[in-house]
Amino acid sequence: MLKVRNLHARVAGREILRGIDLSMNRGEVHAIMGPNGSGKSTLARVLSGHPEYEVTDGEILFEGENLLELEPEERARAGVFMAFQYPVEIPGVNNAYFLKAALNTMRRHRGEEELDAMEFMTLVRDRMKQLDVDETLLSRPVNEGFSGGEKKRNEIFQMAVLEPKLGVLDETDSGLDIDALKVVAHGVNAMRSADRSFLVVTHYQRLLNYIVPDFVHVLTDGRIVRSGSKELALELEEKGYGWLEEPVGSSKV
Amino acid sequence: MAHSLEQYKQAFANARRPLGGSSDLAQTREAALSRFLTLGFPTTRDEEWRFTSVAPIAERVFTLPQTSPAARHRDIAPLRSGDVFGTELVFVDGRLAPALSSTDALPRGVRAGSLADLIAGGADGIGSHLARVALFDRRPFVAFNTAFFADGAYIHVPAHTIVEKPIHVVFISTGETNGPAMSHPRVLAVLGDDSQAAVVESYAGPDGAEYFTNVVTEIVLGQNAVLDHYKLQHESAQAYHVGTIVLETGRSASCASHSVSLGGALVRNDVIAILAGEGGECTLNGLYLADGQRLIDNHTTIDHAMPHCDSREIYKGILADRARGVFNGKIIVRPDAQKTDAKQTNRALLLSEDAQVNSKPELEIFANDVKCTHGAAVGQLDPDALFYLRSRGFDLAEARHLLIHAFAGDVLNRMPLVAVRNGVESVLQRQLAHALAAAA
Repeated sequence: MLKVRNLHARVAGREILRGIDLSMNRGEVHAIMGPNGSGKSTLARVLSGHPEYEVTDGEILFEGENLLELEPEERARAGVFMAFQYPVEIPGVNNAYFLKAALNTMRRHRGEEELDAMEFMTLVRDRMKQLDVDETLLSRPVNEGFSGGEKKRNEIFQMAVLEPKLGVLDETDSGLDIDALKVVAHGVNAMRSADRSFLVVTHYQRLLNYIVPDFVHVLTDGRIVRSGSKELALELEEKGYGWLEEPVGSSKV
Repeated sequence: MAHSLEQYKQAFANARRPLGGSSDLAQTREAALSRFLTLGFPTTRDEEWRFTSVAPIAERVFTLPQTSPAARHRDIAPLRSGDVFGTELVFVDGRLAPALSSTDALPRGVRAGSLADLIAGGADGIGSHLARVALFDRRPFVAFNTAFFADGAYIHVPAHTIVEKPIHVVFISTGETNGPAMSHPRVLAVLGDDSQAAVVESYAGPDGAEYFTNVVTEIVLGQNAVLDHYKLQHESAQAYHVGTIVLETGRSASCASHSVSLGGALVRNDVIAILAGEGGECTLNGLYLADGQRLIDNHTTIDHAMPHCDSREIYKGILADRARGVFNGKIIVRPDAQKTDAKQTNRALLLSEDAQVNSKPELEIFANDVKCTHGAAVGQLDPDALFYLRSRGFDLAEARHLLIHAFAGDVLNRMPLVAVRNGVESVLQRQLAHALAAAA
């Protein structure tokens, strides 16, 4: 599904990613962990096509397609969804309108019928229930005046409605209390399927108690220094990132 | 004296009889002409006109239309929204077109019609407000209008009367004259105590037509009266439009005046709200869009003359290409106006590097127990919001559209008349598509 090869990227002239290799199959959940400044979020943003990040070398193939040649909206329509670390407030744009327009854009692209207002509401109510999202959220402007937790939950709610092939979660757990974390994890787990993959970027092992990954990768200084099973996350929790200072070489899954 | 002023002096002499009116009005017109000739057209040395050169108006000689060509229904069709409006007064090149107008739906006692008829028939009480509210001493364009207005609308809602359906006053310029034409429409709306009405003024002309509209609107609200007022300026992109609205509120009266400027090559709107009775309330909202080399200037004054009055103001502008916007928001709080609560916001969205806006709040506060806040911001579309939308599948053009609409929606959503709001939305859509296509 996703193949990242020798990915180098920089932002504001500073090189952050220095040769990432990563390969994900359908249905897998991969966790990316690492200390602050290791490049975790940069990797997520490069995948989503953030214009401030410049790829200087390497390639990203998504379902065989060169992702780097696609505009951000084309990536979204191809099935890549990023749950933002800092979701953006968009005053004046109604959440329901926004989500329906986004969904129908995706559906058009997938060659599916657009949903009418009734069908849309049926879908949305189901997902809201699942994610314990208050219905008044629909009539509010996108993210405006939401608490940090509401914003994160709204990201996962959007993902549940848009049903991407690949969900990239950029530190979705940061700033969440344990109840909100469980809700978010539950939403992600409910979406797990043989066709859908997730790349979970996180600073803390805690999230991985609830979203159990198939693979864990540790990112340090722009490179993957270690890959392993979910036990690696527990080891990191115990020992911290310090013991990984000596790179073991970039490993592949 | 400038060449054009000489011409206007001559035109006044020639037109005096047809302009009509009582001897009082004739005297007022004489005084207004003389004041206009003395003041002349303002220049950018004039503080009130610092950012807006009216040279394109001053350097041309506009003529008064001789007879009105018949306007066709299609000219005003886009301005009408079904049976929303109870009463419509349609003016073509400044003169009432009775065949296009309808006043059947007015409640008993409410009068709306041609100001020329009112003047010819001897003003019936409300005429005393004419030229009383909009003073021309320091306003050359008001003086120009007062000397020359031939017709316009008057609306009189007697005390304790509620007009359910909005009254629509439409001014169409046909541009079908020899050389550029001018019209000086006049609107006088008087609402008695405890009355309520909504009045919509629309201005339009055919694409490509070059003409000059110089309108003056006077509004008087009695005690506890409520008015919802709209001015929709959709003139042709080659037209010059200068408009002055002066409104005066009585005790506990409430007036909202919404100003939408989407047309015109050179546009200047002055809105002057005088809170002349205790406990009055006024809302001034504005939305403007300019592209190409057009200029839209909004000057507002809220004069808190009495205590316990509230004013709310929000103006927003969208500027593309090399367009320019000007906003000047003056709030005066007189020594008597304790417990004033005034809030002003003004924002501009620049869609290109060459677009410009000059914006200035002006607070003159002479009372000590007041609340006055103002905020101004000029910016571009938020790149983070654009990326967020794109990451959800909107392409760049859609994302821009959505954000610009959200920006404008903040003003549109404050308009209580949904039909008017929808009408403005569709004109805005069209103009925006044009502005964005030119920018692309």
